[in-house]
Amino acid sequence: MNAYVSAILQGAVLTVGVSVSALLVAIVLGLLGAGAKLSGRPVWVGLGTAYTTVIRGIPDLVLMLLIFYGGTIGLNNALEWMGSEATVDINPFTAGVLTLGFIYGAYMTETFRGAMLAIPKGQAEAAWAFGMGRTQTFVRITAPQMVRYALPGFTNNWLVLIKATALVSLIGLQEMTYAAKQASAATRSPFVFFLFTAGLFLVYTTVSLYALRRLNAHFSLGTKRGTL
Amino acid sequence: MKKLLLAVVLGALSTASFAQGKDLKVAIDPTYEPFTYKADGKPTGFDVDIASALCEQIKRKCVFIEQSWDSMIPGLMARKYEVIISSMSVTEDRLKQIDFTNKYYNTPSRVVTKKAFNYTGPASLKGKKIGVLKASTQEKYAMGELKTVGVDVVPYEAQDQVYLDIRAGRLDGTVADHVEVTGGFLSKPEGKDYELKGDDLYIPKYFGIGAGIGLRKGQDALKNELNTAIKTIRDNGTYKKINDKYFKFDVYGK
Amino acid sequence: MNFAVLFEPQNIALFGTGIATTLTLLFASLAVGAVMALVFALLLTGPWALLRWLVGAYTYVIRGTPLLIQVYLIYYGLGQLEWIQARWDSVWPWTHFKEPFFCALLAFALNTAAYTAEMLAGAIRETSAGEIEAAQAYGMSRFQVMLRVVLPSALRRTLPAYSNEVVMMLHATSLASAVPSMVDVTAAASSIYSQYYLPFEAYLAAAAIYLVASFCLIGLFKVSERRLLAYLAPRAH
Repeated sequence: MNAYVSAILQGAVLTVGVSVSALLVAIVLGLLGAGAKLSGRPVWVGLGTAYTTVIRGIPDLVLMLLIFYGGTIGLNNALEWMGSEATVDINPFTAGVLTLGFIYGAYMTETFRGAMLAIPKGQAEAAWAFGMGRTQTFVRITAPQMVRYALPGFTNNWLVLIKATALVSLIGLQEMTYAAKQASAATRSPFVFFLFTAGLFLVYTTVSLYALRRLNAHFSLGTKRGTL
Repeated sequence: MKKLLLAVVLGALSTASFAQGKDLKVAIDPTYEPFTYKADGKPTGFDVDIASALCEQIKRKCVFIEQSWDSMIPGLMARKYEVIISSMSVTEDRLKQIDFTNKYYNTPSRVVTKKAFNYTGPASLKGKKIGVLKASTQEKYAMGELKTVGVDVVPYEAQDQVYLDIRAGRLDGTVADHVEVTGGFLSKPEGKDYELKGDDLYIPKYFGIGAGIGLRKGQDALKNELNTAIKTIRDNGTYKKINDKYFKFDVYGK
Repeated sequence: MNFAVLFEPQNIALFGTGIATTLTLLFASLAVGAVMALVFALLLTGPWALLRWLVGAYTYVIRGTPLLIQVYLIYYGLGQLEWIQARWDSVWPWTHFKEPFFCALLAFALNTAAYTAEMLAGAIRETSAGEIEAAQAYGMSRFQVMLRVVLPSALRRTLPAYSNEVVMMLHATSLASAVPSMVDVTAAASSIYSQYYLPFEAYLAAAAIYLVASFCLIGLFKVSERRLLAYLAPRAH
């Protein structure tokens, strides 16, 4: 029993690793996507819309299987075509991070786009009048305010992302769910192990909720809320 | 142009791992006691020990990679590992996709149902639920011989999940490797009401000629190395030592 | 790329079975889940503190754990319990736990009930205070206020968020492939992949099917929103 419990706990470390790494990828893709959709140029808007529509119309599991199995074969075929003898092995961790990041980048795009639209346009114009460049405007004016508007949607996406890491077990990454499944089949006691894993996920989501609530409070300092 | 693309891609993929010279990546499915399973979190079993012995012979380090059974061959073709040493039977269908070394053991399959059940052949299982491992030779047999006479064949991702559902009462039996089902199910307390039924199934059409080491086509150097290694450990007693650790008879078979 | 293989009759039949299973699972779990959600939402906004706490704990746990683990717990976990095993050959409600379809349905229904209950409860809480006071001024009992004023308005306001939930449920049905012997679209694609070693073709086909289904569902909701939420739409002239 003990070896199985420690396998699940090791898997828990991997779960945290995958989710945090995927979050970083998702944030980067989300910012790029939101920028593309708000840029006004038809090519970028089209690409951004295609990205969000397609990704949000396909189940996470199917995308994961497509990218993991199809992607590796495609990549190796491409390398062969270019005349290389090297074989690239995308390990399940990298595959999981890239896939989850890619999928949740689409959801983050929508969240960030909504947040950016909520900031009054006059502020960007004022920044331009002051002579600030695009990057400066973004870093000093847009980003800090965007955080507050984006937090509810961001929290939601993050919680869904944590739970989606369970799906990565289906492409072979040995995180919590995978370890629990092996343990339960080998010891013929699935109830205990899956309940334990569910408990670990609950701990993870509770801690995240608490941390994000604190973050929300921090970024909402100084804003007034109407009383009913 | 191609060279330039190659340079760019290789540079961008510096985080991915490239095939090493000395390590031999071996795929295993550790849900198949006593051939491949996990004890104390480490892969162990007949297949694992044979693999380690062979690696010692060809002077490379074995790195075991876990893989679920139905993606074994696709994973090999996608170059996730070099060889499959996980009780994979050599069959004509599989030979169309990959290559195999000579066999390193051969054991038959059997039908397993409750002791009280009167098994007289495939037709007597009509209406019953039989669990099999997805993408295994037993699944091929079940689909070819049992499903056609009205048996409800249910494929599972791993053999030990079949045992989980037999224990739960959702399945009436299974078709599995004779030795594997004895070591992984019948010899445990949950298997006390079940037994092997019928005759040993040696049909080559479904079950092939025994378990071999799977590798990609075109790797003749590695194949010859492994074949020589198999013969060496058969001759010098290492095979017998590993065999006796798990079984009371010679699994090399006929 | 070998797409021709996908169009062989037995593979089309396989995908057909998959689509049938997916749609049945989707609508059945939505129906059962919706009824449960209504009850839970009323309990969440009701006067009984203990029930509020219980249902709140239930939605918290369901929304805090992955659906995959919930499916495994119900299919494998409950199957392990001696208490259930002793009864599921003969005693009526428990006989269903033997079937994989029922277990998957139960897991999905419980999941969607939790999310929908929270959405509906939020909409009920945000009902304009003036409407409720007016109804009370008319002398309506608590039950009548709920039935005639609050619920019709809350149900309509939940529609946009519910449309999201329905699409999420469609995606969630792909997890039915984790239950043995359930052949949904994803399981059909996986089966073709392991038979012919064509991952791109098989999973692209599955993705296309889900995309079309998602678009149809979203379109359906847009039409119903235009009718039912017409009174909240921006002025057209």
